[in-house]
Amino acid sequence: MSIAERFSTAGRIAIDGLSIHLGSGPDAFEAVQALSFDVTPGEFVCILGPSGCGKSTLLGALAGHLTPSSGSLQVDGQPVLGPSPSRGMVFQQHTLLPWRRVLDNVAFGLKMQGIGKAERQRQAREFLGWVGLEDFAGHWPSQLSGGMLQRVEIARVLINRPKLLLMDEPFGALDAQTRSQMQELLLEIWGRIQTTVVFVTHDIDEALFLADRILVMSPRPGRFIEDLRLDFPRPRQPELLTSAEFVRLKRHCLELLRHQDGRQLPRLTPLGLPLENTQPRFAL
Amino acid sequence: MSRLSVDLGRRWSLRLASLLLCLGFWQVAARMHLDLGLVTFRNVPSPVEVVQAAWALFNSHALPRHLLSSLGRVASGYLAAALVAVALGLAIGRSKWAEDLLLPPLEVLRPIPAVAWIPLAILMFPSSELSMIFITFTGALFPILLNTVHGVESVDRRLIASARSLGAGRLAILREVVLPGAAPSIVTGLSIGMGTSWFCLVTAEMISGQWGIGYYTWEAYTLQNYADIIVGMLLIGVLGMASSGLVKRLGTRLTPWYRPQEKHG
Repeated sequence: MSIAERFSTAGRIAIDGLSIHLGSGPDAFEAVQALSFDVTPGEFVCILGPSGCGKSTLLGALAGHLTPSSGSLQVDGQPVLGPSPSRGMVFQQHTLLPWRRVLDNVAFGLKMQGIGKAERQRQAREFLGWVGLEDFAGHWPSQLSGGMLQRVEIARVLINRPKLLLMDEPFGALDAQTRSQMQELLLEIWGRIQTTVVFVTHDIDEALFLADRILVMSPRPGRFIEDLRLDFPRPRQPELLTSAEFVRLKRHCLELLRHQDGRQLPRLTPLGLPLENTQPRFAL
Repeated sequence: MSRLSVDLGRRWSLRLASLLLCLGFWQVAARMHLDLGLVTFRNVPSPVEVVQAAWALFNSHALPRHLLSSLGRVASGYLAAALVAVALGLAIGRSKWAEDLLLPPLEVLRPIPAVAWIPLAILMFPSSELSMIFITFTGALFPILLNTVHGVESVDRRLIASARSLGAGRLAILREVVLPGAAPSIVTGLSIGMGTSWFCLVTAEMISGQWGIGYYTWEAYTLQNYADIIVGMLLIGVLGMASSGLVKRLGTRLTPWYRPQEKHG
């Protein structure tokens, strides 16, 4: 049985009147406001918007790390109540466990399911092969480059066969060339499995290259100001980036983002507000 | 020879020279009965006298019993402290509730010096052996506890969120993420705690009737055998340093992914 067959059907997202408040007391604010949209199973959706607009907040709520203050959020008819392996999350910076070798990091989800060591390592090797890193199974994460770390991260999430793949600017910290390689790799993998992807980015090129559909968000409080369907044929090649239709849509998106006022907002994360540098509470 | 080993050789000769210089100064100052006004070496035994006293101790049958008694006390007090402190530290670091419940009394107890515990220790424990172990326990407890709490609180919360998304429950997060994440800090605490446990040994063995390096030192003081005092002090110093180093080494082997930055210059 191939891996692709083992993936269950992709998830359907139904969001209605979703608002999320962040912060507490007088600093509390509405990060996203009255969002309503549906995503059909297997769709590749990009959420495009300026920094701090609440797109990562929406992703955090889909993952189950943030609780909505009003509205409903359902995946396959079930309300989202907390994190689940069926909704895989990839952060901008990798979150591999530094004390586990690459292979054991990938096998982590299976270990949590109680699957035996030999079987989970066999599957982990298979998924590492998917992202082209089978030769790095025995390395520590600290020995890998940024692009390789994100590949491992993707393999680690996919091993749980998620119905939903949530990605928070996963290639935002990579150099331009690595980023475009990663985009092609992601499309290739997505072509082989049935999973819905929600991909957050502020990079217009990236959104246009990857998505079936782009939801453009306004600055805080985040609302959708455009729902754009793309029908570029797949598999997509880098030549697409210079085609006339691509450039026309890019201009359209630039226009949408430019019309928004130029306030610079601090970046939000899928876990809420960014942490301030906390000082240790004890003198040691 | 490669540059690296030349460098290493130079560093080791510097270390050795520093030790020899200190010894040399001590010998000269003690021999000349040097009086610097604020501090005087008039009654300080010279290194040669100390070596003679050490030789006498090493040739007596008492040394193994002194050593074994002290090692046993430090080891029991330290192990108990390590278990209690790591468990408490994990709870306090993970839960606000445990923090509010446990931290206030611990913060009150923390500044109390070991010597002040002696009367209570004698009252609370049935045997003097247990009272002594308790004193070495108080010495090791707080460095390990505070370093554990600090380590647990500085674990990246994204790692915890990510593990939850991959299906980890509360216990699995503690075992797979929090404990290894805090491990380097816990190892630091364990190594400091080993030192402070020895630090309290003389205090603890003031209670003892007969055996122990701390007792030997204390007895030498009451009998005014100054050379013996210094032998006792140095023995405690060397044993403390060796056991701290051992803990640090074991800790490094247990955290192979963690390599602190090298110091330069």
